[in-house]
Amino acid sequence: MDILNAIVALSNFVLVPAVAYGSQLALGALGVTLIYGILRFSNFAHGDTMAFGAMLTILTTWGLQAMGITGGPLPTALLALPVGIAGTAALLLATDRVVYRFYRRQKAAPVILVIVSMGVMFIMNGLVRIIIGPGDQRFADGERFIITAREFKTATGLSEGLAIKTTQGITVVSAVVVVALLFWFLNRTRTGKSMRAFSDNEDLALLSGINPEKVVTYTWLIVAALATIAGVLYGLDKSFKPFTYFQLLLPIFAAAIVGGLGNPLGAIAGGFVIAFSELSVTYAFKKVVNYLAPENLQVDALVQLLSTDYKFAVSFSILIIVLLFKPTGLFEGKSV
Amino acid sequence: MIVVENIVKKFGGFRAVDGASLEIAEGSITGLIGPNGAGKTTLFNVVAGVLKPTSGRVTMAGEDITGLPPHDLFHKGLLRTFQIAHEFSSMTCRENLMMVPGGQIGETLWNTWFGRKRIADQERALAAKADEVLEFLTIEHLADHKAGQVSGGQKKLLELGRTMMVNAKVVFLDEVGAGVNRTLLNTIGDAILRLNKERGYTFCMIEHDMDFIGRLCDPVIVMAEGHVLAQGSAADIMKNEQVIEAYLGTGLKHRKKA
Repeated sequence: MDILNAIVALSNFVLVPAVAYGSQLALGALGVTLIYGILRFSNFAHGDTMAFGAMLTILTTWGLQAMGITGGPLPTALLALPVGIAGTAALLLATDRVVYRFYRRQKAAPVILVIVSMGVMFIMNGLVRIIIGPGDQRFADGERFIITAREFKTATGLSEGLAIKTTQGITVVSAVVVVALLFWFLNRTRTGKSMRAFSDNEDLALLSGINPEKVVTYTWLIVAALATIAGVLYGLDKSFKPFTYFQLLLPIFAAAIVGGLGNPLGAIAGGFVIAFSELSVTYAFKKVVNYLAPENLQVDALVQLLSTDYKFAVSFSILIIVLLFKPTGLFEGKSV
Repeated sequence: MIVVENIVKKFGGFRAVDGASLEIAEGSITGLIGPNGAGKTTLFNVVAGVLKPTSGRVTMAGEDITGLPPHDLFHKGLLRTFQIAHEFSSMTCRENLMMVPGGQIGETLWNTWFGRKRIADQERALAAKADEVLEFLTIEHLADHKAGQVSGGQKKLLELGRTMMVNAKVVFLDEVGAGVNRTLLNTIGDAILRLNKERGYTFCMIEHDMDFIGRLCDPVIVMAEGHVLAQGSAADIMKNEQVIEAYLGTGLKHRKKA
């Protein structure tokens, strides 16, 4: 029995990565949920919007590095982030003017807009691959670790190490800051309130004199920021590859739906639910079990419920189970 | 005040409004009655900018307002309420009223960060005004209740209250009395009369309750099959043979003859 080592092993391989991954999913799901609540469609282009934002940030990072500017111990990408956000905002606003606004004027059904967003998704998808290529890009620089496994071992004297990557720390800190800002914005400011009003009851918002185009513009601006930050954080933590971002769409939607589409609080909760279930179901618990089990009951098997290949199946199983019991999601979302 | 000329609204091949023309005089409370499917609500939606007419023209004080979006009409002083009360369900009754008017100082990103004091001043003024309106409507005890949780009749009052947050010129009421009990109906009626007398609001209301119409409206316009059938005082309308035929029903005719 070695409870301490078991906890450390569990933290190192499940808890810490899940908190980081959950924060990334939560930021992504917030973007999806805002679009759903205010523009009333499921934006399938969101994963590729994240890829586009991350790509712009990476290109700017390379530019900064070439000029000899770095973020010191922090990744240079954080300095490049504003450029990425501005570029993504420009792209989203342009897409809205050229594509979505037309369908809005036609009062197109939400399902049409979903298909339209798939079209936009494929275009963004291609755009990113043309510009930066389909390959893997690493752009994390600065300090790699806040605590390395070895430092942790010498400091605590445990045989199990706990490593916390700088990118994980940054992910969690920035997610907290971004979410706090977003909630302050939605609940305390006039613009945020008019967005909520628009999401709550569009007809009434119009008849209260709220300009819909303004609300839509602000929504895209916020979504651009959320998507770029989520994309960059994910890329820093893992690596940047366009196809991964396309795949990320699945857990992001699962997170938004589990939490209740259209509900920002739900998106955050959903992100963590999906991240924790994905990682804990696909983690091989052998080490943890062996620390806890008595000596004569040590296991040789991996004690892994599912191979990591099935991780998307996990998010969707969670999705189905939650929806069976709470059809509008954990937090009251809305259904069109 | 509002002149509707030859409005036609087609949904596919169906002419919901078929050449309706009418005039709403300034300072009047005009009643709009007619059988179900007569095109009253469609006409309302056309005037209020929710639907674009197939043809025809709407003018307000001589200015062409055909097809303007609802938020523009709002800023011109043309407001409406809904047949089924709408509310921002996740906000309190006070916050609901404070959403009106749109286009407030705080609705730009710049002011959100750099105009905090001006926003706070405006919010304070709005909150005071909202409380005043709630008191006028005798629902001040609901100020901090979520609007989604108050009763249907109270939501109707809240709808009326929304029109009081700004200096409206014309207010279109779509069955403001539907599904409301007698006492509350009287409160709503009083509020409408007071707004009309004290603030000079012009009203145009769709209603089915003839007693309520008789008490408030002059003139009354009758619509049937997409166009205007008759117009006159409530008393005249109730005597009009055509109207009795189309709307009030033969029961009334027989009873009168007996």
